[in-house]
Amino acid sequence: MRKRMPQLEPIVFHTLNTAAMLLLAVVTLYPFLNTLAVSFNAGNDTIRGGIYLWPRVWSLQNYKAVFVSGTIYNAFWISVARTVIATLISLFLTSMLAYTVSRREYVFRKPITIIVVLTMYFNAGLIPYYFLIKDLHLLNKFLVYIIPGLISAFNMIVIRTYMQQLPDGLIESAKIDGAGDFRTFLYIVLPLCQPVLATVALFIAVGQWNSWFDTFLFASSKQHLSTLQYELMKLLSSTMVQSTSAAAMYGADPSARLNQVTPVSIRAAITIVASVPILVVYPFLQKYFVHGLQLGGMKD
Amino acid sequence: MAGVTELPKREGGASPAGRRMSFVRRMRGQTQLILMSVPIVAYVILFSYIPIWGWMMAFQDYKPGVPFMEQKWVGPKHFRFMFSDAAFLNVLRNTVAMSLINMVLGFLTAIAFAVLLNEVRIRWFKRTIQTISYLPHFLSWIIVTGIVANALSVEGGIVNILLMKLGIIREPVMWLNEPHYFWGIVGVSHVWKEVGWNAIIYLAAMASIDPSLYEAAEIDGANRYQKMRYVTLPGIKPIVVILLIMNLGWILEAGFEVQYLLGNGVVIDWSQTIDIFVLKYGLQIGNYSLGTAAGIFKTVVSITMIFAANTIAKRLGEERLI
Repeated sequence: MRKRMPQLEPIVFHTLNTAAMLLLAVVTLYPFLNTLAVSFNAGNDTIRGGIYLWPRVWSLQNYKAVFVSGTIYNAFWISVARTVIATLISLFLTSMLAYTVSRREYVFRKPITIIVVLTMYFNAGLIPYYFLIKDLHLLNKFLVYIIPGLISAFNMIVIRTYMQQLPDGLIESAKIDGAGDFRTFLYIVLPLCQPVLATVALFIAVGQWNSWFDTFLFASSKQHLSTLQYELMKLLSSTMVQSTSAAAMYGADPSARLNQVTPVSIRAAITIVASVPILVVYPFLQKYFVHGLQLGGMKD
Repeated sequence: MAGVTELPKREGGASPAGRRMSFVRRMRGQTQLILMSVPIVAYVILFSYIPIWGWMMAFQDYKPGVPFMEQKWVGPKHFRFMFSDAAFLNVLRNTVAMSLINMVLGFLTAIAFAVLLNEVRIRWFKRTIQTISYLPHFLSWIIVTGIVANALSVEGGIVNILLMKLGIIREPVMWLNEPHYFWGIVGVSHVWKEVGWNAIIYLAAMASIDPSLYEAAEIDGANRYQKMRYVTLPGIKPIVVILLIMNLGWILEAGFEVQYLLGNGVVIDWSQTIDIFVLKYGLQIGNYSLGTAAGIFKTVVSITMIFAANTIAKRLGEERLI
């Protein structure tokens, strides 16, 4: 008995451990698969309950309603536009700033680092910030999605740390070849920073894509500036109080297929539309960000 | 996250005068660096530092439309009101409670998950599980709260169905309408969203533990659990300590989105946080001064906690944070 224990124990442990890991995977994935099934199921049938992983009555009405509805269609493109534009600008400016503070000889390296890093630990608060946005005439403008928040201290540090690990000789030789700092940054350093740039781009893009609070605070009175997440938010709050008017709001054609689209089913469809871009992109960037995060975020 | 540490590198210049000379000369040679950075720093100052000016509103009875300097100054009236206001003390309690629950649950689950995942020997399985585990991190709280609301729904929510099938409850529970469940639901939602993401850092720390430590432990006859207890956990201890201390700075950051999205009228006394208070009193009711005061309180607490944490970290001989 005692002799068999050492052989039995690993089997028991690994079985239990694998089971625990599988359970975690199921708990993580089930809600998506369920939402996916609901989104492809006819709304009036979903109300009967019992939809788990597979639609019972296949229907594309939910997605049709999403894309026929001018509101959601427009919100989708606003989300795409803000994500693409802000990510590009933010990535460029953040890495440019990171480059300057990665140069050890730069006289303002220390004060700039401190000014930027301190912003991680405090903020002026919602109300002063609101007044700033108002004074800058950004309220109810598309630019309110782009202009604030272009520089994140965390992202800057991640990029800077990566840049500091590049061999010094590269920059020296660029200098000897007569390249100024801007050219060195653009043509020598940036191309070498691909992994960390991919990581940070993912962070920025996800933040932009998922953001709804700025719409809520600064642009909620302008329907044409609404974003996908904000539409989803409105729908979520309306379905949580079980209002059926939301379906009428989004269901394109209330007269024809009266109950094919319900608040629950259309919410499922929008959830899928809102999460698919992220689910598609992130496996490709995963190898970068785990690596980039280890290099940049932590230095030990 | 962790290391914002700087190793100061002394360059040249012995005498103060010689240094000043070389400072100017060095600055001249760095025009491009200055052009590349100073406008961006000005931008950061505009959006992060200039609004601090608005803190003065907390000491006024601010009314929109009246020029700033002609506002009525009232001293610490709003702070005094705040700390005697039952509604504020209530949101303060909720904020601290939820952030502590999130912190404790977050740490324990992430460490446990990392330790267990670290024991998985099949590489592709380990990879797959890890990939799946941090997927929810990238979803918005809107989507996550939608998922939580679905799962807890009385009409066909998976949680009620499972618990009923297991015979734990007889009839569906209205989870989101039970004030006393709210903190727990928020905590579990955070775990669901972040456990895999938070584990990344621990897994990285575990990967850097010297394998010879495990071999030595094995020779000494340590079993699996003893190796976890005496090699793996001590191996990640430094990073756990750093993150734990750092998190103290976010003690009033219980979040806003989850509570705002999952809360409802029935659970309001347990769900509202300081951020919601600021939004409600400040922007929606229009008591800007009170809202600003609450915001100041939050920032002061977090700065104090960060500096305290920094000092503690230094005392403990860990890497400093700032």
